[in-house]
Amino acid sequence: MDDSPVSLLESMQLIRAFEEKAGMMYGLRKIGGFCHLYSGQEAVAVGSVSVLDLERDYVLTAYRDHGHALALGVDPGAIMAELFGKATGVSRGKGGSMHLFDPARRMLGGNGIVGAQIPVATGVALAQAYRGDGGVTLCFFGDGAFHQGAMHESLNLAKIWSLPIVYVVENNQWGMGTNWKRVSAEEDFSLTAAAYGMKGLSCDGMDIESVRDALREAVGRARGGGEPSLVEARTYRYKGHSMSDPGKYRSREDIDEYRKRDPIAALKGRMEDEGSLSEAEWEGIVSRVEAKVEAAVAFAESSAEPSPGELYTDVYAGARVAPLSAG
Amino acid sequence: MAVMTYRDALGRALDEEMARDSRVFLMGEEVGEYDGAYKVSKGLLAKYGPARVRDTPIAELGFTGAGVGAAIAGLRPVVEWMTHNFAFLAMDQVVNEAAKLRYMSGGKLSVPIVFRGPNGPAEYLASQHSQSLASFWTHVPGLKVLAPSTPADAYGLLKSAIRDEDPVVFLESELMYAWKGEVPEAEFLVPIGKAAVARPGADVTIVTFSKPLRAAVEAAAALAAKGVEAEVIDLRSLRPLDEAALYESVRKTGRCVVVDESWPVASVGSHVAYLVSRECFDLLDAPVALVSGEDVPMPYNHGLELAAQPSAAKIEAAVLRALYREV
Repeated sequence: MDDSPVSLLESMQLIRAFEEKAGMMYGLRKIGGFCHLYSGQEAVAVGSVSVLDLERDYVLTAYRDHGHALALGVDPGAIMAELFGKATGVSRGKGGSMHLFDPARRMLGGNGIVGAQIPVATGVALAQAYRGDGGVTLCFFGDGAFHQGAMHESLNLAKIWSLPIVYVVENNQWGMGTNWKRVSAEEDFSLTAAAYGMKGLSCDGMDIESVRDALREAVGRARGGGEPSLVEARTYRYKGHSMSDPGKYRSREDIDEYRKRDPIAALKGRMEDEGSLSEAEWEGIVSRVEAKVEAAVAFAESSAEPSPGELYTDVYAGARVAPLSAG
Repeated sequence: MAVMTYRDALGRALDEEMARDSRVFLMGEEVGEYDGAYKVSKGLLAKYGPARVRDTPIAELGFTGAGVGAAIAGLRPVVEWMTHNFAFLAMDQVVNEAAKLRYMSGGKLSVPIVFRGPNGPAEYLASQHSQSLASFWTHVPGLKVLAPSTPADAYGLLKSAIRDEDPVVFLESELMYAWKGEVPEAEFLVPIGKAAVARPGADVTIVTFSKPLRAAVEAAAALAAKGVEAEVIDLRSLRPLDEAALYESVRKTGRCVVVDESWPVASVGSHVAYLVSRECFDLLDAPVALVSGEDVPMPYNHGLELAAQPSAAKIEAAVLRALYREV
């Protein structure tokens, strides 16, 4: 993919603008249920995906998945339509915010069960190793998932089977309302890698170059010799856990402190200092991104609801199943 | 026509399917170097190697999930659980992942996987190792559930399960592995969703599946000596359920006894009894009866554990009651 700084900046800004709009649409009740915004964490998804080979690599993540899908190039209109529950959504209105799937763009899902995608991603890497196709799987999860048995079982499997996988723990420091330090025997997650005989790396999740450096190393090791890695990206989410969480467990100062290290502002500032981004170029990014997001909303708004018959399709392969009679 | 054990019939099916399709592989605890905890996979490691006959650590959640991931990425895994009792640890991956990924992705993902192993009580194994999970699995839309009770059906249904595009849960039994029966030497498939008439009869229908089939046939023989001709229906497939075969038999006999070794509350047996009661109401000459496992955890003591399970005597008594005859 195009991993020039200006492209990475635009990709992060698209996520930021998309999530702002998604939050507004949620407020307008166009989107229902759980909706977890990625704002603040953009450097992790965009930086990680930027080192992948999207012809053969795969990405799986948890329920805070809009950012990863956008970073992979999934159509923003199809994502917004999915959030709206429309038939044109990436998952045809059956998945919603937490379940975005687009195998053609290498996106094998969002997942609503904390940590459940970790064994699944491990199996995707197993298939890549089985075929010997040179592909790598990137498995994202949060600090909350870190203590699930599923994660520990998976790291063990990946090592004993030499799987081409990179586990990226996006430590945004809050598992819903619980600070990771309160529930973690070891605060430095990267050290856990040693227990599974694999390389652990840490990176600054607010700095896209730091993320890219760590992921480039880890992906290279996975692709070259089937050596799995665990990467901790320390980051921060600006919003609550989901749209229904006001996030009162954090102080305003805490959030403001992280906003000073905003990943988009940081890259933009660096590029301006280097003279590689003009004001006009930045304005161009902002307006292109705004237009994409507006178009996504218009597409979602104008799309049709799934037909009632869709209730019974996709349960099994082939034809729709017959509903059980009411008796 | 060759006589072979249920165990060897399963092994033959695995061998043929692995030879036919390089995407098919087996994984689980002790499937490889140990030649299978119950010797179902005997000889397969030597023939196909460790990548296709993959020993796992004792981590049911992890390796079951890895199977799901391999399936969505294009392989056809057969996951062996040493017993279904241990699958409780993996239930999240079966119910929340395998059964739902096709639906949640709007049909973009397929999960062609078989989960198999012994299910139901054996002998002297006490509560944690002596339970039937048939109802747990059958409850879930998105899964198919098979429970063959003869070597020929075990062979033909396992081959169909491996070729199926959807996740299949396959119920075997420790005690059935040694059962012998005729299996045609030429390759064949048994279609999913078709019940079998294990014994024809005109006076009463006995519906069962899996290991209790033998007790049902034994009861039918005892009843024949008393002038009662029982028709024994072997469901073979619990989901999808061959409702037409049930109704055809009961409309002929007017009486129905359902036999299910699971607990009686909210079971496959209670569901079948409900369906027959509803669909054949005007033709029934007696209430539909259910002979189930007793509603208790399984005791260790042999006398008590036998008392907790359906038996030929219990089935015979239930049939006689349905005929309003002296027990």
